[in-house]
Amino acid sequence: MTAPKPPKFLARSSYRRRRIIDTARLLPVLGLFIFFLPVLWHPGDTPEPDTARGGLYLFAGWFALIVAALFLARALTRTDVPGSEDDAPGEESR
Amino acid sequence: MVPFNILVAVCLGYVILLFLVAFAAERRAERGQTGWLRSPVIYTLSLSIYCTAWTFYGAVGYAARSGLEFVTIYLGPTLVFVGWWIVLRKLVRIGQAQRVTSIADLISSRYGKSNLLGVIVTLICVLAATPYIALQLQSVTLSFGVFASETPEGWALPDQSATALWVAGGLALFTILFGTRNLDANERHHGVVMAIALEAVVKLVALLAVGVFVVWGVAGGIGEVIERIDASPIADWPLKPGRWIGLTFIAGAAVLTLPRMFQVMVVENSDERHLATASWAFPLYLFLMSLFVLPIAVVGLGQMAPGANPDLFVLTLPLSEGRGTLAMLAFLGGFSSATSMVIVASIALATMVSNHVVVPIWLALRQGGARTPGDVRGLVLMARRVSIAALLALGYTYYHLSGGSGALAAIGLIAFVGVAQILPAMLGGIFWRGATRIGAALGLSLGLVIWLYTLYLPSFGPEGVFSATVLAEGPWGLGWLRPQALFGIEGIDPLLHAIYWSFTLNTGAFIVGSLLSFPTPVERMQGLAFVSAFDRDAGARGWSRGGAEAEDLLSMSQGILGAEEAQSFFEAEAGVQGKAGFLPDTTPEFIERLERRLAGAVGTATAHAMIAQFAEGAAVTAQDLLAVASEAQQILEYSTQLEAKSEELARTARALQEANDKLRDLSVQKDTFLSQISHELRTPMTSIRAFSEILMDPELPGELQQRYAEVIHEETIRLTRLLDDLLDLSVLENRKVQLNIKVANLHDLLDKAIQTASNTRPERVFTIHRDASAEHMPVITDTDRLVQVFINLVSNARKYCDAERPELTILARKRGGRVVVDFIDNGSGIPKGAQRLIFEKFSRLTDTQRAGGAGLGLAICREIMANLGGTIAYLPGQGGAAFRVALPVRPETVRTAEAA
Repeated sequence: MTAPKPPKFLARSSYRRRRIIDTARLLPVLGLFIFFLPVLWHPGDTPEPDTARGGLYLFAGWFALIVAALFLARALTRTDVPGSEDDAPGEESR
Repeated sequence: MVPFNILVAVCLGYVILLFLVAFAAERRAERGQTGWLRSPVIYTLSLSIYCTAWTFYGAVGYAARSGLEFVTIYLGPTLVFVGWWIVLRKLVRIGQAQRVTSIADLISSRYGKSNLLGVIVTLICVLAATPYIALQLQSVTLSFGVFASETPEGWALPDQSATALWVAGGLALFTILFGTRNLDANERHHGVVMAIALEAVVKLVALLAVGVFVVWGVAGGIGEVIERIDASPIADWPLKPGRWIGLTFIAGAAVLTLPRMFQVMVVENSDERHLATASWAFPLYLFLMSLFVLPIAVVGLGQMAPGANPDLFVLTLPLSEGRGTLAMLAFLGGFSSATSMVIVASIALATMVSNHVVVPIWLALRQGGARTPGDVRGLVLMARRVSIAALLALGYTYYHLSGGSGALAAIGLIAFVGVAQILPAMLGGIFWRGATRIGAALGLSLGLVIWLYTLYLPSFGPEGVFSATVLAEGPWGLGWLRPQALFGIEGIDPLLHAIYWSFTLNTGAFIVGSLLSFPTPVERMQGLAFVSAFDRDAGARGWSRGGAEAEDLLSMSQGILGAEEAQSFFEAEAGVQGKAGFLPDTTPEFIERLERRLAGAVGTATAHAMIAQFAEGAAVTAQDLLAVASEAQQILEYSTQLEAKSEELARTARALQEANDKLRDLSVQKDTFLSQISHELRTPMTSIRAFSEILMDPELPGELQQRYAEVIHEETIRLTRLLDDLLDLSVLENRKVQLNIKVANLHDLLDKAIQTASNTRPERVFTIHRDASAEHMPVITDTDRLVQVFINLVSNARKYCDAERPELTILARKRGGRVVVDFIDNGSGIPKGAQRLIFEKFSRLTDTQRAGGAGLGLAICREIMANLGGTIAYLPGQGGAAFRVALPVRPETVRTAEAA
């Protein structure tokens, strides 16, 4: 029952990994900002048609998000050394 | 143009290819060469069953009607996958740790292995999937129709129903062949996964090919496409913010809760790290799938006849441009989209139906339960096969009845909203330990009912379940119950209306129900295991008492897993325990692992129920565990124990103290006794010695000789009496005295005692008050001894009563089964401090009256009374010395003798 408490301060590599995980958690929020911008946009009311530009924006944002996810996934799996997984107790229970 | 028979031939060839690929994959897997069968790429491609025929054909139609809104269907899943670290990773981890077989199993397992929840989720999924399957059949039929109508040779348009029937039959065959080969979901369907991965490639390539052809072949480049887009009527599409957000949300929810997505994402997942790849690769796949949708829609609207169905532009555009091969590829893409969805969905649903409906019913119907050996495995497999066929039959019937009407997108969205009702229970289950079964059941049922009422049933149109009147005025004229304007709030988009109300009430009921109810022990343990899936040792032990017999378990497991597999599992487990043979000890760990293993085949709830029949008292055990684990309980128990212990210690200490005091008193008493006895012996001995020395003088006159010899004689008599008394006391104290029990009249005894005692100081005039009538009562005791006590008391009174006219009152009566006799004189009595001592040996109040007493009289009395089972005590406050003698009416020994 007396599980050792997770350390309060981490070594540089573990610290970096924690921040990468933070980024991975925040990425969908960034995606929300990108994808919900069109909500403020009324393509039917714009004086000149801009559906194509709107589409380009969406697809560009989408693609950027995918690229970010790619790098994050790489970073997460690279630091994910088996056995040193930092799924420390308490980390996920928050 | 493509002749119909070539189309059919290509189609058949493609199907045969799929069979071969699936078969080859199964063969490789059987030989243990799973290598690249289990790569992240295959995993990502298998996820593409999200893109069904609805996506393949319908997205273009959707774009033609509502502009860019179609992307919301892909944006939601993109967000979910990009945020894989938050939800998906946990789902997959839980799915592997708990050997979850379906989404219904996940929910049922989380909420205390409750089968009720499994049934509700299964019901939602079947209801949502039936029209979805119908939609796939419809799309395949329509695409056949496209080729038929375009052929100039004039072959007759094939009967659409017949086509759908053929497709449904073929799909059922494929699914049954490759989907029900083995039972353990964790062994996964290698063949099926391989086949759908191939289909994923085909549909992506087909759509990209059509897109490239349209952009560069028909429109003439990106720039022109952009111009065309802005020039087309699509450019003025109305962006409804509510729909945009609502659809993104519902698509994100559906990607988590669609049974087929759960199947490939969680159940078929073999390595958690594949998820990292899928987190970007699957959004990329979706991105590519939707990249050319808008151009195809715009170009199609421009090129095709005004009445053309935009849902089929992917096929009709290449055909109209005379690109038969491309159209054929597009056809295969659509065919792939439809078939892969139907295959996986029917496997997932069949697993749910067999595990949560058929097997529980079968278990309940069988009297002996799982204890009687039977072929559960065969039953489950048969149930799955029948379920697959039934689901496809249901889909076909739906298609047949609905007549293939309605836009593809509408049906897809209705299904999404339905399965998304599982989301609150699912997310609550994996992130909130306070979520309970009651909350989940309330939320799910309410969500299901509102979804059915506001979206599913109205979708059948005015000829369907709800008439136009009901839709417009509500049932029984209740305006606030109008299916598309609940609570009188009108003007909301029907889809959003359904999403809003079903989710608000579903989530609300789930949360309130959870907050107000109390989870069962199994629920709490499962809740802990799910929510802390990433903590090590968070797993809860369910079976702490191994009441099961290994042999019974083996025979049951053989029925489910198959003989060989069950045996090798048991052998391995026995090996782990260091035993040879097939029967491991039924330790909690072993039973836990066995349950997981069985859960992989028949679902958590069923596996739990089956094991429960062997390991008795499962629920009780869990409750015990929790009671013990509950901290408050422990502290309380501990402190109570401490209290009891300290009390006991205090008691012991007190007893020890008393014993110690007594020992010290005894030691003092013994010393006093010794010194007293030597004193008592010395006094007569001194006088005997003195007088005998005088007697030795030969000149002593005769009368003096005579006198001194008398003194010596008296002293020796005194000595003898003293020694007799001591001997008597010793015998009495050791309770070795032989009692001579007789029946006598108390009156006679007192007479005798007074008579004898009158020898003591006969010169004194002594008045004795007696009540003769009260004294006439029988006593059963050692009368001689009792008389001895009486004599002692009477002579004491005669000796020591210091009154002018001494009087003695004797009162006899019977009180509570005892005979009580009081002896009260009218002297000055015994001072309070001495009352305690008078019954001790050699205690004498004065030295003046040494009338033959050595101070042993009362001590002997006390011992006699103790031997007779009675008491003698000083009775204070009677105006003189008073003694009370009490003895039982009949002594113990007589009573026990009679009883025997």
